[in-house]
Amino acid sequence: MKKALRFALVAFVRDVKSGELAVLFGALVIAVAALTAVGFFTSRISQAIRAQAGEVLAADLRLDSGRIPAPGYEAEAHARGLAVAHLISFPSVVYAGDASQLATVLGVDGAYPLRGQLKIAAVPYGPAHPVTGIPAPGEAWADSRLLARLALPVGGLLRLGALELRVAAVLDYRPDQGMGFADLAPTVLVNAADLERSVLLGSGSRVTRSLLYAGSTEAVDAYAAWLRARKSAAERLTDASESSEQMKSATERSGRFLNLAALVTVLLAAVAVAMAARRYASRRLDLVALLKSLGASQRFVLGTTVAELALVALCGALAGTALGLLAESGLAWLVRGLFKTSLPPPSLLPAWLGLGTAATMLAGFALPPLLQLRRVPPARVLRHDLEPPPLRWGAPYLAAAAALSALLYVLVGDPRLVGYAVGGLAGSALVLGMAGVALVRVTAAVRGGAGAAWRYGLANVARRGRESVVQIVAFGLSLTVLLLLALVRNDLIDEWQRSLPPGAPNHFLINIPPSDARPLAEFLTARGVAPPVLAPWVRARLVSVNGQPMQGRMPKTDRGRAFAEREQNLSWSEALPPDNRLVEGAWWQHPDPAQPLVSVASEFQDELGLKIGDRLSFDVAGESITATVANVRKVRWDGFRPNFFLLFAPGVLDASTGTFMTSVHLDDAQRPALAELVRRFPSVTVIDVAALLGEVRRIMDRAAIAVEYVFGFTLTAGLAVLFAAIQSTRDERRYESAILRTLGASRRTVLYGVAAEFTALGLLAGVLAASAASVIGWLVATRLFGLHYSFDATVWLGGLLAGALIVGVAGTVATRRVVRSSPMRSLRDV
Amino acid sequence: MQVLESRHVTKEVSSPEGTLTIVADVSFAVERGQSIAIIGPSGSGKSTLLAMLAGLDLPSRGTVLLNGTELTSLDEDGRARLRAGHVGFVFQSFHLVPSLTALENVLLPLELGGVADAQVRAREALARVGLDARRRHYPRQLSGGEQQRVAIARAFVTRPDLLFADEPTGNLDSVTGARVVELLFEFNRELGTTLVLVTHEQSLAKRCQRVLTLDAGRLSSDVVGDA
Ligand SMILES: Nc1ncnc2c1ncn2[C@@H]1O[C@H](COP(=O)(O)OP(=O)(O)O)[C@@H](O)[C@H]1O
Ligand SMILES: [Mg+2]
Repeated sequence: MKKALRFALVAFVRDVKSGELAVLFGALVIAVAALTAVGFFTSRISQAIRAQAGEVLAADLRLDSGRIPAPGYEAEAHARGLAVAHLISFPSVVYAGDASQLATVLGVDGAYPLRGQLKIAAVPYGPAHPVTGIPAPGEAWADSRLLARLALPVGGLLRLGALELRVAAVLDYRPDQGMGFADLAPTVLVNAADLERSVLLGSGSRVTRSLLYAGSTEAVDAYAAWLRARKSAAERLTDASESSEQMKSATERSGRFLNLAALVTVLLAAVAVAMAARRYASRRLDLVALLKSLGASQRFVLGTTVAELALVALCGALAGTALGLLAESGLAWLVRGLFKTSLPPPSLLPAWLGLGTAATMLAGFALPPLLQLRRVPPARVLRHDLEPPPLRWGAPYLAAAAALSALLYVLVGDPRLVGYAVGGLAGSALVLGMAGVALVRVTAAVRGGAGAAWRYGLANVARRGRESVVQIVAFGLSLTVLLLLALVRNDLIDEWQRSLPPGAPNHFLINIPPSDARPLAEFLTARGVAPPVLAPWVRARLVSVNGQPMQGRMPKTDRGRAFAEREQNLSWSEALPPDNRLVEGAWWQHPDPAQPLVSVASEFQDELGLKIGDRLSFDVAGESITATVANVRKVRWDGFRPNFFLLFAPGVLDASTGTFMTSVHLDDAQRPALAELVRRFPSVTVIDVAALLGEVRRIMDRAAIAVEYVFGFTLTAGLAVLFAAIQSTRDERRYESAILRTLGASRRTVLYGVAAEFTALGLLAGVLAASAASVIGWLVATRLFGLHYSFDATVWLGGLLAGALIVGVAGTVATRRVVRSSPMRSLRDV
Repeated sequence: MQVLESRHVTKEVSSPEGTLTIVADVSFAVERGQSIAIIGPSGSGKSTLLAMLAGLDLPSRGTVLLNGTELTSLDEDGRARLRAGHVGFVFQSFHLVPSLTALENVLLPLELGGVADAQVRAREALARVGLDARRRHYPRQLSGGEQQRVAIARAFVTRPDLLFADEPTGNLDSVTGARVVELLFEFNRELGTTLVLVTHEQSLAKRCQRVLTLDAGRLSSDVVGDA
């Protein structure tokens, strides 16, 4: 065995030097690099996104409680090195002169906010600027809505119970102002020290005390686990990851783009590895036969092969991981500034996955043909046409594909995505293969008509049969990916960014009484705002599922508990709203009001474990309504339009129940009109999401760059497949061209023949690839990303051109050397 | 003593047109140190017979005894082991490993056999064929005749009992070929290596002590010459 290892080492060094391993090694490095780059990047970015999302909580972790939290909580947080801030909030009526208004009073300490920044303005709805610090004792920052309602200028006095506070500024933005519409009343921010002195807190039951925490991911996670084990059910713990549907939705989508690119890259690289290994094995046939004739045993042949492959795997994994890390730093640099916090260091897991990928790819796709080498008949040294018994590819390749899929699943954690990538590629390969067989037959039939070079080229396509089909599949796959990248990628990314156009709504108007709906719409359109679409809006509480009270089936997660315990926003709709996609069940056509139906969002379904047909009972303003779950929707929350976890069929709720809500886009010039709106429609609540919108848009823009960058790897993998396919028939060509030249064919005739053959293969593969790219592009856009996709005829033109040019030219150029070398030398070398 | 014996060796292959007999009932024995030539027109089955004699392939019927060991009773690895100790090859197309230097090519069988002073012996063998100065050259940097001399050094470096050569001069011009043939017979004399040469060149065959003629797979004559 030692002998075999040494021989393997020597052979490895030799093969590396001679470039024999170049394609195999290159494909491996690309796969590992793509996986690690994206793996490292997504692991780091997801940590950073969490910190970013923390802005929406003004902290990384937040504990809300109706009582004063146990002092041990804070002591433990300090002991773990976390920063802590305190927040007290309660509803209270505030007065300015004779005017009064219900407001949410927020008392904060100097540490607030732990994440993000407060913004204040000098006049209501005026231009705002960020500040550090909080209101001084005796002062208050009130939001525009409150000041507009009270007709109170900045500098005026606000009465809050026995307290008199001077309004020092307009509170324009605070990070935790939320999107959940929970804080419906306007806000006034005060110094907590003032509140502790006032008697207001004595009133008790409505006061919420919150502890805000921030720190490193590990410390926060550990503390959250510690707290979760101790806190009472009445204390609600929220972490950053569940804070904003919009932010999560945008980052998930970009993560999916990145992962998809990495998946396709790995799978393509696997194809390249398989092809390169086949050629490598076939080029080793002579060496193995010679070794055997010199007395090498099968075990020796096997040992050297496996050992050499292991060396390739190790070096490929190392080089790939290093390249991946490098690429990842580039990626991190590209998205710099996307995160206010610096990116946390990457975890080591992707490096192991890289090694695992390299090993799996080689074991699965390279080992089978190489193992076959031990069966090379030694008599091949005398009769060159003797070959090992043909390998049955099916079983080992299937096993390898399954192993690779499992590995990718571990990495990406999204079975649907892996399914699409593997299924898409396998499906394309199958279709390409079948079409290839058919086309080769057709080629055989038509070759009589053309000139000498074409005849020779086409005859080759037909004669090489099996090899031609393999080449068509490989060319087709790589062209498909190239076309997808060239034509569909831009569409997808544009479309994605278009889902949040410059005019995306940046204000929500809620609590619109039915009687105000029309005047409000007129008010807005009169000021140049696009006519708003009003959605009915009802607050309701879930009472029971299938007659079983919620107390009996309380979900484990805080989020699920919130769904079960808190009032939900719901609406009704005749049609499926634009940002929604059905994932289960059917949308109602002509629902019978006597048989109430409800549609639930997938998050709601998951947390509460619901299925189609479950009966949900709600308490809607004191009235009990029971509805059957008709379908499940996947909601795109990043569209900034009103969307609901729960939607009833029309007619279930009385049309007069509840209020309306809408979202509008207001530019800076239109914003001051809000002061008048709030005065004219006192019950309407305005929620400003411009800041959040800006964050989401920034993530999208930067993520789009990151996606383009990762697609670079995919492109390289596609080219590797192309190259491997061109290489695969090189030796045969060398021999053939030597014979033709010996027979008197000029170099030029032979070269034209080669060019004709590659161009024909490229054209065939190009047409097939264009069809595949259209179908895959459509599937990916509509199924995976919920985007609109329009078919584009230029893809066929692109396919034909790319096929003829890339395959034809690259193939001819790559083979030119073979044709050039002297026939004598070529014949002798075989 | 007989170093090689062929008993009723027959090779049949199945083809679309039915069973094809390539070598038919060939029997002969070779004494140690003898040089024999197998001649016959192209396609008469010479290479096929050689493959079976060297244990590279198995006959359909009949047996081959190499150094008294029945090849048909061994598995592929057993035959490989036997070759490693006792058999050398020289081929028409040289079969040097293109990515190995001349010296490394000669080292190959020694390394496979795990010989201790491999380097020294390989250098000696290369020097013996007059190519020590070219030891760091790769096959593509050598002429055809030089390549074949490296192949001869590789074949004799293990001091085999038997050397099989299939058309050793087939790819060489007559002058170069003569030099190669000279080397083969020198080794035959110095080391007592038995030579089994397949050739269609009369001049080469005439130098052998015995000439077997194969005709359509059958042994048609067995002439002991005067060499
Ligand atoms: N495995 C095989 N299958 C089919 N035909 C074979 C096989 N081996 C040899 N032949 C045929 O047997 C004949 C003899 O071949 P060979 O031994 O190479 O002849 P020679 O070396 O005398 O020129 C040739 O016609 C060859 O095509
Ligand atoms: Mg022959």
